[in-house]
Amino acid sequence: MELTGAEILVRCLQDEGVEYIFGYPGGAALHIYDALYKQEKVKHILARHEQGATHAADGYARSTTKPGVALVTSGPGVTNTVTGIATAYMDSIPLVVISGQVSTALIGNDAFQEVDTVGITRPCVKHNFLVKDVKDLAATIKKAFYIAQTGRPGPVLVDVPKDVTAQRCEYVYPKEVQMRSYHPVVKGHPGQIKRAAEMLLGAKRPMIYSGGGVIASEASRELTEFTRALGFPITNTLMGLGAYPATDPLFVGMLGMHGTYEANMAMHDCDVLLAVGARFDDRVTGEVKQFCPDARIIHIDIDPSSISKNVRVDVPIVGDVKNVLSDLSKAMKAAKKEPDKQALSVWWKRIDGWRKFDCLGFDRASSLIKPQYVLETLYRLTKGEAFVTSDVGQHQMWAAQFYKFDKPRRWINSGGLGTMGFGLPAAMGVQFAHPKDTVVCVTGEASIQMCIQELSTCRQYDLPIKIVNLNNRYMGMVRQWQEFFYESRYSHSYMDALPDFQKLAEAYGHVGMRIEKPADVEGALIECLKLKDRLVFMDFITDQNENVYPMVAAGKGHHEMHVSPSQARAMEDRELA
Amino acid sequence: MRHIISILLENEAGALSRVSGLFSARGYNIESLTVAPTEDPTLSRLTLVTRGSDDVIEQITKQLNKLVDVVKLIDLTEGAHIEREMLLIKVNATGNMREEVKRLVDIFRGHIIDVTDTTYVIELTGTGEKLDAFVDALRGAGIIEVVRSGVSGIARGERSLRA
Repeated sequence: MELTGAEILVRCLQDEGVEYIFGYPGGAALHIYDALYKQEKVKHILARHEQGATHAADGYARSTTKPGVALVTSGPGVTNTVTGIATAYMDSIPLVVISGQVSTALIGNDAFQEVDTVGITRPCVKHNFLVKDVKDLAATIKKAFYIAQTGRPGPVLVDVPKDVTAQRCEYVYPKEVQMRSYHPVVKGHPGQIKRAAEMLLGAKRPMIYSGGGVIASEASRELTEFTRALGFPITNTLMGLGAYPATDPLFVGMLGMHGTYEANMAMHDCDVLLAVGARFDDRVTGEVKQFCPDARIIHIDIDPSSISKNVRVDVPIVGDVKNVLSDLSKAMKAAKKEPDKQALSVWWKRIDGWRKFDCLGFDRASSLIKPQYVLETLYRLTKGEAFVTSDVGQHQMWAAQFYKFDKPRRWINSGGLGTMGFGLPAAMGVQFAHPKDTVVCVTGEASIQMCIQELSTCRQYDLPIKIVNLNNRYMGMVRQWQEFFYESRYSHSYMDALPDFQKLAEAYGHVGMRIEKPADVEGALIECLKLKDRLVFMDFITDQNENVYPMVAAGKGHHEMHVSPSQARAMEDRELA
Repeated sequence: MRHIISILLENEAGALSRVSGLFSARGYNIESLTVAPTEDPTLSRLTLVTRGSDDVIEQITKQLNKLVDVVKLIDLTEGAHIEREMLLIKVNATGNMREEVKRLVDIFRGHIIDVTDTTYVIELTGTGEKLDAFVDALRGAGIIEVVRSGVSGIARGERSLRA
């Protein structure tokens, strides 16, 4: 039977097993929306802005092993998704974005709501397609899902002109994809793996640094077993948190610009570094000339272009992290050699010394609410089991430092692009994927306002997200940089004329709370978590001047951290004693 | 270092802009670019001349390989290879210069492919250096117009680039 392009598109989504698509209708997408209306298998979630739809699809993908799907119209519909697509691209998240386009006869005519979608999105997608013939539609959708999920995952956009969604043809969904130009490498090179095994077994001061690739590859178990078998210290990047259990004694915390003192010092002093599914981002390495100066480096990554891009490595291994780690374990066993236990125990003594500095310590006697205290309490009350999304800024770093993720896919944040406005819509996607779980959005009063309209979506679908708004009346991270590097000239980082968030939440049909005293923090969180079926917006009025510590300033090495004034005093006291 | 990168590319709308977009987005430069379909009409062959340190060239080839439309590529400058450019040049040809220009064309083994009372159009292929030398030699005659293709290249001997 012949189907219309719109019907074919929806059938493709059904056959791909898509449960939810996040979108917003408009002229060029109306045939597709009509086809969606006539079926029930694929559930469409109506966002309030296409950026929100894309972030929601992204949050869905990050918290599951499935790709996120977004559907938008042409012109402004698709330009609004660009931030969402770029966010997913930077963090290697599998997304399929379907955009309506003006009819093929109008393309290039500056038609109403026409933009060059393929051109605009080209630099921030893994791949994109313009479908000009309905006969190519099903095969293109199949390719889009395949490309998005395989190799290094990423967003793929399919632009579908309106007339193509009206044309008819026979529907056949291809079972397999054959592309002569696309063959992701899966297995690591055995010779390189052997070299890596020998290097690791000879290490005196080894260090494992793992990133989001471990999560993308579903390799947490392999990484955990591998690390425990060796007893090596391990740090995670911001994107990798949860890939290795944060409560495990071998875990030394996050590394990088706001990493822990022990993680950064161990990076600086290690002699063999194993990088697993991480890409040596500038926020992780600090000044590359001072990065791990004494270390030989092994790098496992599925993307050859990630290897030796920022930092030259000694043993590159291209392949899927999961496969390579299990092959590497075998190679280490085959080497019939044990790690140098004595050297390792000396190394651990040094690391434990660094740990004693308690670099995340903060002033607990303050009469103002300390943001760290809110997150520490949230962690305790949710027993570390919540899904936590975040926006971008100080609150994001504190969440990463104080919420100890023991499982992968629980920490959902925009690491690479640093997209303010990501947290709330991403939390919607997470909550759809995990309707029974607690989903918390940690945000600030600046970030939350960038996609606040999604509170309306949350009401429509009764999403019981818990919003923890750390309200310091500043763009906190901007203010912190201005304090440190611009002699406290707080240029346009002050949030004047803020709304009453409690009333705003109530206006959207949710529960709003305003918490002003440290003594009320715990009680408010308990009350919020009890309201299982309601969205609760908790507006915490926090200390305006709190900074995120430790901090490796741009252009500095890992060993040149700023620590908080109180911890610096504690360090001095200990050294004097 | 100057490198000639030869790419087999899906002959599809937008494929070329993925390649050129990659160069501009990542701050690499393209000195010249030649592209045309191959004997298999679904494939284009693109020859690109760029400059960069070994690290930069390594990134360029890795990033190019990542593009879904790129089927295969080689860096021709890694081995023995032949490179050619084509030049079309229109010059004044009047009076005693008519003979002088013709002699120069013979010396450089070019061809005069269009003649009027006052002008010649000359075709010449060769390396970029040879073409530069020829253009310099013709300066005295009065150059009206110069058109040069980018570099085309192929590896010598057994080495080849096939899908």
